[in-house]
Amino acid sequence: MLILTCPYCGIDADETDLAPGGEAHVTRHGADASDDDFEAYLFHKRNPRGVHFERWRHVYGCGKWFHAARDTMTLEVFGTYPAQTLVPPKTLQTKIKKKRPDWKGFKK
Amino acid sequence: MSTRLADHGRLIDRTKAVEFTFNGKRLKGFQGDTLASALLANDQLLVGRSFKYHRPRGIVAAGPEEPNALVGLGLGGRFEPNQRVTTTELFDGLSARSQNHWPSLEFDIGAVNKMMSRFFPAGFYYKTFMFPRAAWKHLFEPVIRGAAGLGKAPSARDADRYEYFYAHVDVLIVGGGIAGLAAALAAGKTGAKVLLVEQTADWGGRALVDGVEIDVKPAAEWVAKTLKALNSMENVSIRTRTMGAGVYDHGYALAYERLSDHAPETTGPRHRLWRIRAARIVTATGAIERPLSFAGNDIPGVMLAGAVRDYALNYGVSVGDRTVVVTNNDDAYLTAIALARAGLNVPAIIDARSKATGELPEKARKLGIRVETGKAIGKVIGSKRVQAVTLAAQAGEGATLEEIKCDAVAMSGGWSPVVHLWSHCGGKLNWDEDQAMFRPDPARPPLGKDGSGFVIAAGTANGHLAAAPAMMDAYAAGKRAAAEAGHKAAEGGAAPVAKSESQDRIEPVWLMPQGAAYKLRAKTWLDFQNDVKVSDVQLAALEGYESVEHTKRYTTLGMASDQGKLSNINGLGILAHSLNAEIPAVGTTTFRPPYHPISFGAIAGEARGGLFKPVRQTPLHDWHQKNGAHWEPVADWRRPYCYQRDGEIVKQAVTREILNTRQNVGLLDASTLGKIIVKGPDAGRFLDMLYTNMMSNLGIGKCRYGLMCNENGFLFDDGVVARLTDDSFLCHTTSGGADRVHAWMEEWLQTEWWDWKVYTANVTEQYAQIGIVGPKARQVLEAMGVKGIDLSAEKLPFMTFAEGSIAGIQARPYRISFSGELSFEVAVAASEGRAFWDAALEAGREFGIQPYGTEALHVMRAEKGFIMIGDETDGTVIPQDLGLHWAISRKKADFLGKRAQLRSYMQDPDRKQLVGLKTEDPEVVLPDAAHAVEGPKRENGMENIIGHVTSTYYSPTLGHSIAMGLIKGGSRRMGEVLEFPVAKDRVIRATVVDPVFLDKEGIRQDV
Repeated sequence: MLILTCPYCGIDADETDLAPGGEAHVTRHGADASDDDFEAYLFHKRNPRGVHFERWRHVYGCGKWFHAARDTMTLEVFGTYPAQTLVPPKTLQTKIKKKRPDWKGFKK
Repeated sequence: MSTRLADHGRLIDRTKAVEFTFNGKRLKGFQGDTLASALLANDQLLVGRSFKYHRPRGIVAAGPEEPNALVGLGLGGRFEPNQRVTTTELFDGLSARSQNHWPSLEFDIGAVNKMMSRFFPAGFYYKTFMFPRAAWKHLFEPVIRGAAGLGKAPSARDADRYEYFYAHVDVLIVGGGIAGLAAALAAGKTGAKVLLVEQTADWGGRALVDGVEIDVKPAAEWVAKTLKALNSMENVSIRTRTMGAGVYDHGYALAYERLSDHAPETTGPRHRLWRIRAARIVTATGAIERPLSFAGNDIPGVMLAGAVRDYALNYGVSVGDRTVVVTNNDDAYLTAIALARAGLNVPAIIDARSKATGELPEKARKLGIRVETGKAIGKVIGSKRVQAVTLAAQAGEGATLEEIKCDAVAMSGGWSPVVHLWSHCGGKLNWDEDQAMFRPDPARPPLGKDGSGFVIAAGTANGHLAAAPAMMDAYAAGKRAAAEAGHKAAEGGAAPVAKSESQDRIEPVWLMPQGAAYKLRAKTWLDFQNDVKVSDVQLAALEGYESVEHTKRYTTLGMASDQGKLSNINGLGILAHSLNAEIPAVGTTTFRPPYHPISFGAIAGEARGGLFKPVRQTPLHDWHQKNGAHWEPVADWRRPYCYQRDGEIVKQAVTREILNTRQNVGLLDASTLGKIIVKGPDAGRFLDMLYTNMMSNLGIGKCRYGLMCNENGFLFDDGVVARLTDDSFLCHTTSGGADRVHAWMEEWLQTEWWDWKVYTANVTEQYAQIGIVGPKARQVLEAMGVKGIDLSAEKLPFMTFAEGSIAGIQARPYRISFSGELSFEVAVAASEGRAFWDAALEAGREFGIQPYGTEALHVMRAEKGFIMIGDETDGTVIPQDLGLHWAISRKKADFLGKRAQLRSYMQDPDRKQLVGLKTEDPEVVLPDAAHAVEGPKRENGMENIIGHVTSTYYSPTLGHSIAMGLIKGGSRRMGEVLEFPVAKDRVIRATVVDPVFLDKEGIRQDV
């Protein structure tokens, strides 16, 4: 059972207090999207072995959505940050790169 | 013959006799006994029958690793099957029954299976019970079910109470042997918050049996002193009878405390499940002895050497008068020495090693015990108890050199560290060639959230079998755990110094004798509980099973309730040898929690009965309860399905309610309807994205029905939106959907359109909502006394709302209708709900008002062709399928689901579409979900299904049955007659009609 720190209320929340929301930083493609873009948006989700960016909601806490960067293999959590951003914070990316030199870097 | 000795027994109190029964027989033991030691003291060697061959089985171990001695404990609401006698503390009045035999333990018919053992090889079930299919149901399954299974399931409701405990600690230490105590002492001294748990009732573990000295004194003195020190530390908690059950991600752990198993009359909970978060977990879980694999090693009287020693020294019980010790290591010599010192006879120590010249073997020889090196047990002679063993050369095939009379055999194949908790969450193991065992690899621990290892194995569990290094390791582990949790060690904390007799090197022996003939191997057990023999694992290897995980499943090795605590390593040894591979190359199976079975009661905790899932109640719940409500669960709510009057059956009540509402006036508790306020400058824009139709142009004071779809285009909720003010809307949702819709709104607002100025609040429970429905609804409201609202059709037309006072209560009547009748849904503060309801009943009496329930609501909405989320939708239906094109905006550039609905598949005219269905016989009601079929059967012999019934009722208003269904290309099938085969020889025929059966023009609701 994971522990993630909610970046809004600062609480180390147990997984039972959280709801998972799949891959983070997915770009919404709306009414005028091409078939390919829409297919990718709806169905092509990344699920890597290693560094991953995910959406979580502190559902039995403050109710806020946030993002978590973690290693899906070792379960190491590199950091959490508010959901209101299009890319992970620079400092977090630097920290991950330092810990996982093989990481290819954040890609949209 | 097993019996109670005149002396020894450090754990029992001979002044306190305890009575218990086994299979109805009255027996005596002492306080401090386990059920196992008490049974042995009464010469009850035979305690059960094996699973597959029903072989007689006795007690093998003295702890949780026991595979054989499972019994049914207790009676009635306290009966529990499959309880280990070795972990059951004796108490006065304990009642135990042996299991897995018929008709009796002594004489068991199923034992003929053992004559058939040649015909029950590994994978027997896979190979035999394949064809014909029909035989499964009528032949194989009944027989297998009858013969399979261990104990019987309890039939009475559990009489006990269970609970959860939550703990957050710096260091959790599992195991209360000297290693665990030392780790707790070291961690405790730093000021770290420590929790130490021990599965048995006693501290000190094996050290107290094996003559270990600590700081030049008997270990018992150090244990007592240390417990005193730990008890005086406020930051340290210690618990006996509490087993570390599992280790999970990020330092989460479960412990299982048995509070009253040993004293069932005590008040309070029986078991407690501890849910622990620890920064570091120290596993000081010791080691488990391995059996040796020789023919007849499962005959009652054959026991682990350590267990024989435990019974003698802890409980003063001898397993036999003449005990042969068989071993491949020095440790088993401790047993021979202990027995000899207790005045018992040890005819021989049979040592498979070519020489035994260490401190312990020499001591045994000095006591006059015969030591045979390079030898093996050829086979054990006896059936329900040991009578003799044959001596053979370990190097040979098992030819008898000599027969040695004995009534017990103490075996030791070496010790395996208990690595379960280390491994639960991914800790890796190394094979230690020297000590012939797997031990934790400190370089590959399970990792926590910061990427560092959070489990530290300590002492014997870390592979240090001798007391001195185990003590040093454990003390260091406790210190390190505390430091890593942020508590630096205090000055002057030196580790206690432990000392035990030195032991020479073990020599791994996986089969005894090493060249044993097939006849012997087929009687050599690896897994006692699941009846897996050496020959089974060899057969699996022969048939091509190379992976240990596959072999395990094929043979069922290690799959019993002991999870292979005794059998896995021996099985691995046999498999590796058969494959001509090294043990580490074959690998281990996965260790999964719990370490030892825990009760379902503890897992459920308080979550039973009314607390299992609390019921949501509307403000009118009590009134419904008192007035004949026949309840129906609707999501987490309870709603009245109908209100039964005296002498009425449910169907009659529903019919009465419908007709009265259509003819006079009905009263509905609609409080469960979801109500979400959406407010802010961008509220209209936001709702335009959420709903398929336009909401931003809704006039203040007006209502509009709206549909919500997900990004796949599928309809998932519907309801009426009311515009309260310029910047605020109230969105009604389905009863079950309020939380989901609110979360949906928040998700989009927080993660996609976070710059939009919108605020949402779920106010579902802040309001009672009461529908006054029927031709006389307006008269009822007027009779209640209305202030500040003009209820006339001109001033408050259909799909509008107003605010004012009704019956002196601040109210907001909405003119919305789910029945097709003139209808006012009136929202009042939840606290005023009951008063409003009572006033409506009072004022409505002269108009014939009656409350109606959810079934009347359903029938009336179906008469009108209104859809119900969850009936007409199932997560694959788009609004267009339901003929709801009118509620989908063509003007809006975008809304959730718009792009998906443009996909070619969604545009297919042959999609299933909503139609009405009218049965040829008007009295026949189609069954819910009945399938419509068409044309010839498909290639696979199945009917060609073109759709199904989604809602179906008898309409008392119309005097015939009505139904709706989703039918392929349904909108083009008007007038077609469809076939619904509902039983083998019964087909219901129904005509496709418009789904609106009543008042298509909507005149009744718009008056």
